[in-house]
Amino acid sequence: MSTRKLTGSANNPQIRRRYRAEKRFKAYCIGAVSIAFAIIIAFFTDIISQGYTAFWQYQVQVTIDYNDRAERLGQFALDRDMREVASRGATRSIPRAIDRNPDLLGTTEERWVPVKAEIDQYLKHGRDILEAKHEEVAAAPELPDKLRKKVDALIDEGRIESAFNTRFFTTGDSKLPELAGIFSAAVGTLYVLGITLLCAFPIGVMSAIYLEEFAPDNKLTQTIEVNINNLAAVPSIIFGLLGLALFINFFGVPRSSALAGGLTLGLMTLPIIIISTRAALRAVPDPIRQGAFAMGCSRWQVVRDHVLPSSLPGILTGTIIGLAQAMGETAPLIIVGMIAYIPEAPSGVFEAATVLPAQVFTWASEPEQAYVEKTAAGIMVLLAVLLTLNATAVFLRRKFERRW
Amino acid sequence: MYSEATTEPPETTESVTPMTGQPETSAPAQTAGTADKNVKVKAENVNLWYDKTQALHDLDLNIYENEVTALIGPSGCGKSSFLRCLNRMNDLIPSVRIQGQITLDGEDIYHPDVDVVQLRSNVGMVFQKPNPFPKSIYENIAYAPRLHGIVNGRRDLDELVEHSLKRAGLWREVSDRLQTPGTALSGGQQQRLCIARAIAVNPEVILMDEPASSLDPLATATIEELIDELKDRYTIAIVTHNLQQAARVAGYTAFFHMGEIVEFNDTDTLFTNPREQKTEDYITGRYG
Repeated sequence: MSTRKLTGSANNPQIRRRYRAEKRFKAYCIGAVSIAFAIIIAFFTDIISQGYTAFWQYQVQVTIDYNDRAERLGQFALDRDMREVASRGATRSIPRAIDRNPDLLGTTEERWVPVKAEIDQYLKHGRDILEAKHEEVAAAPELPDKLRKKVDALIDEGRIESAFNTRFFTTGDSKLPELAGIFSAAVGTLYVLGITLLCAFPIGVMSAIYLEEFAPDNKLTQTIEVNINNLAAVPSIIFGLLGLALFINFFGVPRSSALAGGLTLGLMTLPIIIISTRAALRAVPDPIRQGAFAMGCSRWQVVRDHVLPSSLPGILTGTIIGLAQAMGETAPLIIVGMIAYIPEAPSGVFEAATVLPAQVFTWASEPEQAYVEKTAAGIMVLLAVLLTLNATAVFLRRKFERRW
Repeated sequence: MYSEATTEPPETTESVTPMTGQPETSAPAQTAGTADKNVKVKAENVNLWYDKTQALHDLDLNIYENEVTALIGPSGCGKSSFLRCLNRMNDLIPSVRIQGQITLDGEDIYHPDVDVVQLRSNVGMVFQKPNPFPKSIYENIAYAPRLHGIVNGRRDLDELVEHSLKRAGLWREVSDRLQTPGTALSGGQQQRLCIARAIAVNPEVILMDEPASSLDPLATATIEELIDELKDRYTIAIVTHNLQQAARVAGYTAFFHMGEIVEFNDTDTLFTNPREQKTEDYITGRYG
């Protein structure tokens, strides 16, 4: 009897149907995961394949001739041939150098300087394709024949070489793509996040502690709760408008400054920190509080000695996630003017600044082809920083998590 | 969510109305044979409401010094609610309202001038589920004495920790790993750690809310032996669902039913010769 009951499912249509349904459902789920994964892979492949070239740059060896014409215009320090090849930006500082040190006049100097962006692009993307196919490729960057021959000759002489592009990490934005870097945007991001953290963390954590541990459960606190949850879902551009109206127009914070951006992002991050902190506090088991109260702790002592230490990893994780979100935010910063062209890194929070995602946005809207790889490289840097932040959050949670 | 600060007498007393009971009717069902005993905790006309629902009705109960008093009764009969009145843990629940008088050595514990912190360091509590703090074994014990300034210096504290663990019968098992987390101990050990934690502040009364209900029989037996030893120094009130446990450890037993004390007597009499039919039904398993 019992064997007949438990076996023979292959013949039972109902059981067969159940198995099939289960397999089908599993297949759908695997399909969904695959799609998500494929999208991520495609995204990374695209960004990396477009952007990795930005980390290298072709340089040309030039002779700088400190003559009296170069004292007025740096370009004249190069001979006519090289002016076509070397970046215009490379000789900008020569008049000032002569001004500062007149002894340079009459001397010469060998120096490696970046090539012009279009030559860089040609060497990176055009030359190999053209040589391999021995025919015209429509999309490949091209140079006028005369210039191309000159560049080819310079390469044969060993006077044009590819090198790691340190400039990308040490300079700010530039109208010359070969000189543009993310340094000033990175500094701006640092200032903005610092201000965001300073204003959102204490206020957020204190509010959460009050609401979770001290506040009476009445109409008023319930209203506040609902509104905080709603605030977290408000589109970020609204926070930008609020920041513009409140900080810039009302309090007179300088437009485009890291302070304006940081305060605005602080507003945006505040509800995220409050919500995640409350979740972390709520995750502390109530018996711990009861035990502490029964030992004669006041409410503040319970919070300070038992609830906070236990919930700290959760609070920090939530804060980092909130900051990471703020860091990737562009819309509210456009409203407060942080999309500006910033060639020099800001030296204070009141100065005009820009941030990484805004820099990416700026580059993405430039027409020159050389900015395409800059855009992708900027995204890669942004992603690297975000991944680092999130990894830190995971690390903190793992390290300090307590088990009950 | 908690709502009221518990350390400020003016706030905590809002939930307590002045005593309304008449003293002359307040010691009825007590039995003979207790006259020579010293009453440690005296509850008179205690009424308790959760919002509009009344959970305790005119309770009177004497808890005698250096005795174990068991509170038994079916679930939801108010034993735990009553126990939590004795160290004012109910203050933490905003919807609770308490009427009547509870005295510790003749002192009204709900008097506006009473500091709950002091009350709770005199009336310790052990919970149903072991709830050691997520700190080391040492810190679990040392925390409260340090907080209340009971000890001076590291040496005193070390001594107190050892003393408390010894009295809770845990010292032998943990003396070589005091810095390990208290939460890493077994359930029975955790519960004894909680008892050690409670006696570290040298209370006079220890309240136990089903202290062995989440433990296996062996750990339960250890806890029961411990309770028996502790009664020489402390007054103990224990809520239990385990009637045999009440019979084994308690000198006195109160049978609760529907928020009232049906019968209170010394344990032997209550279990062998109950006065009330309801009590008999309950202890013989016909009811509850």
